Amino acid sequence: MEFSYIPIILSLKVAVAAVIIVTCSSIPIAGFMAKREFWGKDVVESIITLPLVLPPSVVGFMLLYFFGKNGPIGKLLEQWFHTRIVFTLAGAVIAAAVVAFPLMYQSVKASIESVDQNLEKAARTLGARELRVFFTITLPLAWNGIVAGLVLAFARSLGEFGATLMIAGNIPGKTQTMPIAIYFANEAGDTAQATILVIIMTVFSFLVIYGLNRWGKRSQRDPRGGTA
Amino acid sequence: MLKAHFKKELPTFELEIDISLSHGILALVGPSGAGKTTILQCIAGLQTPSWGGINIHDKAVFSSEDGTNVPIRNRRIGYVFQDYALFPHMSVEKNVVYGKPKKGSNSNKVLTITNVLEMFKIEHLRHRYPNQISGGEKQRVAFARALMTEPELLLLDEPLSALDHDTRSTLQQELLKLQAQWQIPFILVTHDVQEAEILGDQIIKLDHGKQEVIKKLNKAQRASI
Repeated sequence: MEFSYIPIILSLKVAVAAVIIVTCSSIPIAGFMAKREFWGKDVVESIITLPLVLPPSVVGFMLLYFFGKNGPIGKLLEQWFHTRIVFTLAGAVIAAAVVAFPLMYQSVKASIESVDQNLEKAARTLGARELRVFFTITLPLAWNGIVAGLVLAFARSLGEFGATLMIAGNIPGKTQTMPIAIYFANEAGDTAQATILVIIMTVFSFLVIYGLNRWGKRSQRDPRGGTA
Repeated sequence: MLKAHFKKELPTFELEIDISLSHGILALVGPSGAGKTTILQCIAGLQTPSWGGINIHDKAVFSSEDGTNVPIRNRRIGYVFQDYALFPHMSVEKNVVYGKPKKGSNSNKVLTITNVLEMFKIEHLRHRYPNQISGGEKQRVAFARALMTEPELLLLDEPLSALDHDTRSTLQQELLKLQAQWQIPFILVTHDVQEAEILGDQIIKLDHGKQEVIKKLNKAQRASI
């Protein structure tokens, strides 16, 4: 059988879209959670982190429930925008974003919390409003954690299998991402296709981890301390 | 002109302070844990007192009675932190210019970055980062940064404690000169009684949240030390 590179492109599309969603949502949420105390914070925090420990099939089942034809969100999307999520690439993006979110969130929150509060206080005494403090002090000093979270979230999105299969299915050329293509190629006895994809995924994952470690070491030596 | 009379609950005791300062340097001395930094942070607005009032230039910035609590950025207070709290990701120049008031603010002193860098003899450090300069230089940058905001009151939290003896004496003299030149009141926190005597026009000793000894030195006495 001829090698198809389409799963690679689909995987990259899904991972890039998921990382954009996760980045835009996790930074404000992590910023809020790191700075504010409120009743029930632990419960909210547990819910946010849940996809990290739940089996992908459970996440997939929940997503199907919410985004399915008769699910609360699926119904609204159908009525208002005449679109559906199940068995589309959008479904794969949502699945990837949900499982990658906790990784990014944890990393960003930990790095925001590790920023020296005296620096934020100093910025306030210099007349800065809270938003300026966040964008000029907190965020640049938490940059290492944000980049680390971003890379991990990208790798996790790229490798997402279980939840994606449940909500987006296995439609070649449409929703068949790399991990799913590997599984079904192997099932169908197409070892050549599976092997090439396995090698690509492994090399890519290795490069991500290697690059992250190298970058972490280099930024520790950065004279400006904290940022790249 | 500062008038502050307030209480603040701390984990092990209640801090009570009653100070008034119109010019010169007020030195707050006491062992660590006596609540010195808390006093500065309450005046600056970084912490909220549990009771009392703080007035700067006859304007209430805090009052527990009517619930006034002016945000830090509107109090016009310069603050030099114990470890200087320079922003590590910004060059000396960017640090100093961070708090520069926007054009059009009603200030009579017109400061440019070059003025301030020259005044503190740190112009050559302009493009360096905080961890590429010495302790004494960091201290000067922290001063320059605080003064760039054109404050009406300057709070100094153990500004000389991290420096070696020689640098310390030099900077003590510079601090006195600066105060005379700038003509705004300073509150200086220190655990070193000798330093308080050299620098303070007024000295307040704190122990377990109580103002214990208030010693007023006049300028002539100070000059003879």
